Amino acid sequence: MWDYLKLIVLGLIAVFAAIASNYGHDLAYQVNAIVVMLAAGLTFIWTLRTMGEPKRARSNEYMDGVVRAGVIATTFWGIVGFLVGVVIAFQLAFPALNFEWSQGILNFGRLRPLHTSAVIFAFGGNALIMSSFYIVQRTSAARLWGGNLAWFVFWGWQLMIVLAATSYVLGGTQGKEYAETVWYIDLWIVVVWLSFLAVFLGTLIHRKEPHIYVANWFLLSMIVTIAMLHLGNNLAIPVSIFSSQSVQVTAGVQDAMIQWWYGHNAVGFFLTAGFLGMMYYFVPKQAERPVFSYKLSIIHFWALIFLYIWAGPHHLHYTALPDWASTLGMTFSVMLWMPSWGGMINGLMTLSGAWDKLRTDPIIRMMVVSVGFYGMSTFEGPMMSIKAVNSLSHYTDWTIGHVHSGALGWNGMITFGALYFLTPRLWNRGGLYSLKLVSWHFWLATIGIVLYASSMWVTGIMEGLMWREVDANGFLVNAFADTVSAKFPMYVVRGLGGAMFLTGALIMAYNLWMTVRAQPAKASVNANNFVPAE
Amino acid sequence: METYSLLREFADSWMLLLLVLVFLGVVFWAWRPGSRKLHDEAATSIFRNELKPAGGGAPAPARSEREA
Repeated sequence: MWDYLKLIVLGLIAVFAAIASNYGHDLAYQVNAIVVMLAAGLTFIWTLRTMGEPKRARSNEYMDGVVRAGVIATTFWGIVGFLVGVVIAFQLAFPALNFEWSQGILNFGRLRPLHTSAVIFAFGGNALIMSSFYIVQRTSAARLWGGNLAWFVFWGWQLMIVLAATSYVLGGTQGKEYAETVWYIDLWIVVVWLSFLAVFLGTLIHRKEPHIYVANWFLLSMIVTIAMLHLGNNLAIPVSIFSSQSVQVTAGVQDAMIQWWYGHNAVGFFLTAGFLGMMYYFVPKQAERPVFSYKLSIIHFWALIFLYIWAGPHHLHYTALPDWASTLGMTFSVMLWMPSWGGMINGLMTLSGAWDKLRTDPIIRMMVVSVGFYGMSTFEGPMMSIKAVNSLSHYTDWTIGHVHSGALGWNGMITFGALYFLTPRLWNRGGLYSLKLVSWHFWLATIGIVLYASSMWVTGIMEGLMWREVDANGFLVNAFADTVSAKFPMYVVRGLGGAMFLTGALIMAYNLWMTVRAQPAKASVNANNFVPAE
Repeated sequence: METYSLLREFADSWMLLLLVLVFLGVVFWAWRPGSRKLHDEAATSIFRNELKPAGGGAPAPARSEREA
């Protein structure tokens, strides 16, 4: 019965999408409609072919298929996102790479949101979804709740990524940074994200462990807050059901404030709280020691929750925003130092008594560097949010350097660590294919990040100083174009740093592939592998 | 008084006080006497149940296909 209903709904969606692609007012919408039609059609065929197969409840096994898919998707989208990042880095250094034949599709302006969304929502999002599904099962000692709903979350998220990517390059955007996705993709994100929340909460509710482990608190706060932020920031009225255009409900400074309330908390809850959830599980597991202080992790969590949500206005210093609001944002940003460093100390000190592992285990080295970058960028961020510093740093490449030391260093490295941790376990292999390649990845990525961040510090501060330089008569000394040409060498160094980071990720992909392909399977200790005598 | 000023005044007085007290309550709760054993127990809980869920489920069915 349920399957028939699904078939009807999927059929209707496919037919409507076909009609919509015909009536669509803009190319981005039309292409997206075709993608939706194909997705609905494929799901229709899959549902039809698997109808009537007996559904088996496997409450005595973890649901790891969807986590395995998440590992593959995280690796794939990571490489796509890093590649686009390297391309646009070189487009900035060498504008000739904005080829004439590809204008309006592959120029910097179109590729930039593709890069940011690919790394944050495709790479980071898949990393968060897969590790949430892995962690919540292990720490609850219960199978994922909701049957195939977890698979819906996985495929729904991939569909969102494909829709967003095709939309961006064809000009579909609502002009909000890190929330460029147009209204119908936003609605789809709501559906997928609430399903994610349902799977996660359902598993927690059915847990067999009495206590909810701290990693789950961070992950749950990430899911809940992102839902709230996404709904708040994307309040828009579409101009037509056949168009990707929409009109924002708020305007002017209110809209700017809501955008950066969203934007900063997307960093705070998506890229910080969520990844801290990963840290609190994967670092102790890889170090084979419990977290340094469980009490500190509780304080860390609540302090982060209480403070982060107020930090957004520091993105709008010296604008039309009221002064008290930007002072509030600055103050809370500075206060955030404490919980951030509390968390960093907690992560690092987990290794106390096992520091020798740093020498022998490149995965733990990756995780430690990741936590180190977390500490560094959560020191740099509050400093940059101070108005006096911000007046120099804002609108310069220093901001981009800061973001990347956090994103490449903290989010990237902890995700790589998690992928190296998960792959042998999920595919039941004795160990990774090559630890030497992990070391190569580690050094390429670390040196790449250092090149990236230091070149952006130099160019950002130089740019800020050049912009504000005035002569004895009070006239500006430099034209904008002067700063652009002065930045060229640093842009090349940045591109090289990015290329090294990408190379490291390619080595990782090869290593993970060979781990599954070439490593012998472990003796069946996993319940999944038991074949009963029949 | 218009809504904005009213809410603003409430937010930076009573609500602020309440939230600060809630936060201090959390800190105290984490450090309450006798919590150490519970916290040590929670911190080591990740080393259990690595391979399969806890407790009685149905016996494992034959694995004739990849897990859905």
